[in-house]
Amino acid sequence: MNNIFETIGYYLSLPMGRYALIVGVLIALCASLLGVTLVLKRFSFIGDGLSHTAFGALAVATVTGLTNNYILVLPLTILSAIILLKTSQNKKINGDALIAILSVSALAIGYLLLNVFHVSSNVSGDVCSTLFGSYSILTLSISDVWISIILSVCVITFFTLFYNKIFAVTFDENFAKASGTKTEWYNIIIATIIAVVIVVAMNLVGSLLVSALIIFPALSAMRVYKSFLSVTICSGIISVVCTFVGILSSMLLSTPVGATIIVIDILCFFAFYIIGLALRGKSEV
Amino acid sequence: MNLIKVKNLSVGYDKKIVLENLNFDINEKDYICIVGENGTGKSTLIKTILGLLSPIKGTIEYNISRNEIGYLPQQTSVQKDFPATVMEVVMSGFQNRCKFRPFYNKEEKQEARTNLAKLNIANLEKQCYRELSGGQQQRVLLARALCSAQKILLLDEPITGLDPLATQEMYALIKGLNQSGITIIMISHDIKCALKDASHILFATNPPFYGTKTEYEKSDLHKKYNTHHVGGHIGGHDDE
Ligand SMILES: Nc1ncnc2c1ncn2[C@@H]1O[C@H](COP(=O)(O)OP(=O)(O)OP(=O)(O)O)[C@@H](O)[C@H]1O
Ligand SMILES: [Mg+2]
Repeated sequence: MNNIFETIGYYLSLPMGRYALIVGVLIALCASLLGVTLVLKRFSFIGDGLSHTAFGALAVATVTGLTNNYILVLPLTILSAIILLKTSQNKKINGDALIAILSVSALAIGYLLLNVFHVSSNVSGDVCSTLFGSYSILTLSISDVWISIILSVCVITFFTLFYNKIFAVTFDENFAKASGTKTEWYNIIIATIIAVVIVVAMNLVGSLLVSALIIFPALSAMRVYKSFLSVTICSGIISVVCTFVGILSSMLLSTPVGATIIVIDILCFFAFYIIGLALRGKSEV
Repeated sequence: MNLIKVKNLSVGYDKKIVLENLNFDINEKDYICIVGENGTGKSTLIKTILGLLSPIKGTIEYNISRNEIGYLPQQTSVQKDFPATVMEVVMSGFQNRCKFRPFYNKEEKQEARTNLAKLNIANLEKQCYRELSGGQQQRVLLARALCSAQKILLLDEPITGLDPLATQEMYALIKGLNQSGITIIMISHDIKCALKDASHILFATNPPFYGTKTEYEKSDLHKKYNTHHVGGHIGGHDDE
């Protein structure tokens, strides 16, 4: 027992350990807030597609040798977020196919670029950490911390101020539009925030696992709660707790941080699934 | 006072016209009933007036602001698993009133409760929307439409799924709203009732008919339609 606290104490005495915890919790909170809208609007697949595009963009940024990757990765990801959103609403274009094309191309081109241009000596190690997150949490810099703090302040402020609009747009977009809400605008803002969250979260859990961070808490909360407000709050809490526990366990067990967080999220989902079944009585599945 | 002016309008989807040559004015306190057979473009017309679809030809002039319009859709594409209470759904009708105010105020909350009571669903306030029956859901959406209507209320087959008593109450409610100064545009297959309360009739055919109730009763259309469907109610299709 003492050993556990000692290990955690040791990690938290390192600035890197504290950064990981702060960044993790904040990112998780933002991701889960967005997740509710994303899941309900049937946009979860966009999160998935985007994380792959972000990987491609990151590869390009690495190859071109930019000092700050965000300068290239962020605008590219935001752009693809908006494109994906627009096409998924357009019934004439097959949105699913486009997302598949976009994400697979981004992965392939990204991997190819990294290999052809040998920017680092350990390409497969780099690729692995971009896809699945860093093996250890001790790779975050102070600028990551600041970015995640600024980001989460923006997301939470936006979410609080526009909570009612977000509900209206999510629940019934046509009605919201008919009564004068600029729904396209909200969609674009939501897409932009998703893109930003994905890019920042990629540092933590890696691009393949990012969408789990977004959708699992919302799905868990929806098993048990029945109002939009309680689902939103609950998914925020689930996400923060799971990430916190996940990061601490990865410190203790020396496991990859991203995968650990997601596994905790999955366990939590099953717990809520069972609670949901129990509450509803076993008649309904 | 004129609220909306429809000139030479054609409506439809992707250049495919479903209803054309529409010319009419919507004035304050009108009670316009849109009737016509299935698939003649009634819902399409309403969506075009609301700005959800763009006109194929012609113009619509608005002398009111978009956020003074309330709307009851014929179908809502609400997801089966959407977590939302009745109160949350009804309150969302106010969001056009808020402009830049982030939260709803006490008066609005009170008004939402009044509207729920008017539709006899005050007891459902805290229930989950997705767990209601079709008719109850319809009433909730109606309550939401009432919350959002400040000048005009557009209703696309409001009585679909309501029981006979609720239907009667619904008509009385709409009439009351109209008398209190709200302009009503309602799609209905219940032509008998339409003729009782409405001030104007828009018959969706080619060419469309628009006129006051008395004009309609004198027209050939009325004679034809009435002999076909004695008793009036043709019964809208049920989308539940
Ligand atoms: N999204 C769509 N895309 C293309 N065509 C459509 C679409 N929705 C409806 N239509 C077509 O437009 C025509 C008019 O449809 P609309 O829904 O306006 O009919 P309606 O008069 O409201 O009928 P009902 O009484 O059944 O509600 C129909 O022939 C229909 O096939
Ligand atoms: Mg219709």
